Amino acid sequence: MVSYIWFFLIVIGIVFSLLTGRLDIINDSILTNGSKALDLMMSILPIIVLWTGIMKIAEESGLLRKFARLVEPLLSKLFPSVPKDNPALGYIASNIAANMMGLGSAATPFGLKAMSELQKINEKKDTASVAMITFLVLNTAGVTIVPTTVLALRIAHGSANPSEIILPGVIATFCSSIGGLLLDYYIRKRSRK
Amino acid sequence: MNTLSKIVIPVFAVFVIFYGFKKKVSIYDAFLEGVKEGLAISFNIFPSIIAMVFAINIFLDSNFVYDVLGFFKPVLELINIPIEIMPMALLRPISGTATLAIMNDIFINFGPDSYAGRLASVLQGCTDTTIYVLALYFSSIGIKKTRYSLPVGLFADLVGITVAFLITMLFF
Repeated sequence: MVSYIWFFLIVIGIVFSLLTGRLDIINDSILTNGSKALDLMMSILPIIVLWTGIMKIAEESGLLRKFARLVEPLLSKLFPSVPKDNPALGYIASNIAANMMGLGSAATPFGLKAMSELQKINEKKDTASVAMITFLVLNTAGVTIVPTTVLALRIAHGSANPSEIILPGVIATFCSSIGGLLLDYYIRKRSRK
Repeated sequence: MNTLSKIVIPVFAVFVIFYGFKKKVSIYDAFLEGVKEGLAISFNIFPSIIAMVFAINIFLDSNFVYDVLGFFKPVLELINIPIEIMPMALLRPISGTATLAIMNDIFINFGPDSYAGRLASVLQGCTDTTIYVLALYFSSIGIKKTRYSLPVGLFADLVGITVAFLITMLFF
């Protein structure tokens, strides 16, 4: 699926600029792309590395397991295929909590660790497991209480009330989480029959 | 709120380190072990970052989104949706950085407290970049068959974006 998206983005982009005479811009775009990717990598690498370091301490001290126990009743209902004391649940919980606080880049390391834990109990290693898909729905449609970058940019542009968008945002993310989880649940039910 | 989100990381970090120290974990070695794992994770995701940045930039720079959507402008104005917002709604699941740039543009042209500005703010906060997250997370563990994950993720985005439009109309 990712292959198709990648294919269409590139083909549409290049063919459309050939037709509309934006060839110079596309040429520049292709040539400068590599350094943009490197910039992005360099801006997330330090955070990933520091947070996996800190989280290793949380893991070895048992803090992560403690936190997972707290949200276990809800998460184990959402992830029936994951054993109750699996570290994946702790990482999933941390990922969702970090996303809620608008710490997107801090949430990513938790998410990647959760995926690698889920991969350990995955039967077909090249195919997404049911638990992985539920986790990704929760992750991408997760409730955001503090949309950090949005608030920062609103303040920078002199908004009279930067935080007025928080409540509508929480309602919108809540609806999208519920919608995603319902469809996920429906597909799981149907495929089991 | 901004202070709150700034205080979370430091407080969380010191709490974790303190807790580990109290539990007599060798915290320094644990940290180094975690950093090693983090480096491995980073090297695993680097190829997909290069691939996605490459494709998305070509797509955005081709102006396809603006040229094709300009066509629908009269219809969108009828239902009170500013045309500037449409690329954001369409690109939200693909690239958070792209929509952030579009939001910035809307803030400059209309102000953050305009209808378009508020709508942009709610849209930006209402969902994550589904396609990017799927690509990143699945490629980090070598998953090739992603099954129904993309349709479900995009459906959740569609619900979120639709509610964002409705709720902004109701609130403001």
